[in-house]
Amino acid sequence: MFDIIFYLFAFITIGSALIVVTARNIIYSAFSLMLTLFGVSGIYALLGADFLAVVQIMVYVGGILVLILFGVMLTNKITNVEIKSGNRNIAVSLISVSVLSAILFSVLLGTNWKETNSQIPETTLFGIGELLITKYVLVFELLGILLLIALIGAATIARKEE
Amino acid sequence: MLTEFGKIFVFIVLSLVFVVISVFAAKLIRPKRPTTEKLKVYECGENAEGTPWIKFNIRFFVIALIFLIFDVEVVLLFPWALVYKSYGIFGFLVGAIFLILLGIGMAYEWKKGDLNWDRPKISPPVIKKENN
Repeated sequence: MFDIIFYLFAFITIGSALIVVTARNIIYSAFSLMLTLFGVSGIYALLGADFLAVVQIMVYVGGILVLILFGVMLTNKITNVEIKSGNRNIAVSLISVSVLSAILFSVLLGTNWKETNSQIPETTLFGIGELLITKYVLVFELLGILLLIALIGAATIARKEE
Repeated sequence: MLTEFGKIFVFIVLSLVFVVISVFAAKLIRPKRPTTEKLKVYECGENAEGTPWIKFNIRFFVIALIFLIFDVEVVLLFPWALVYKSYGIFGFLVGAIFLILLGIGMAYEWKKGDLNWDRPKISPPVIKKENN
């Protein structure tokens, strides 16, 4: 049962990722990216990473995808230009992709995957929260500062020049 | 025994199956007599005019950008909100400092007018007096 659902999510992820790169219309790419991100979050949920799965949906599907769609729709002079994507630099990208996948595969085969017999916890939220308050409290506050910088930077770049 | 995510998954599958079955059953049952009027794009009875690819207001993008940052902030606050009570005043202060930092950002945006909506400037018509 676990395997069936895992392969279902894997199929959704890879299939929609294929559509993302092959679709001619960029809007179709953006919408199939949503399915890809959903599939990844399903795999997270299957692996017991409940917090990560919810964050994936909240931030990626709810935020970043909307941002991408707005970016497409905001593109200047969209009425005169056909928003389509094509293939370019096939040889170069083929080389770089094969090198990247060779590295990934060597890491995948060379890693010592740890196995435990412990039960998957009901929720990982409490553990994450305790770590955020005790061990990683400085990181937590630094994240606040990082977000503040991102907020001010984004607003400054997006602001109209006077 | 289903986990909570398993229950959500069952709901998602059921809703997909429901949509697929109802759409295909309707396709089997209904008569099909298309006319040009029926095949037109429906736009509240008006004839559709021009392309739907219009340029959106840039404000949408800025608001979405600001939303995304506060979204990440909320994500980080969830685990904190669950456990801070067991750490007393220290746990509270950790989250309070985090929230104050983001509050500074919010105040900055507000003061700088990044949350205001860009409206086209309305110039009222002026009747010019002719000097004779």
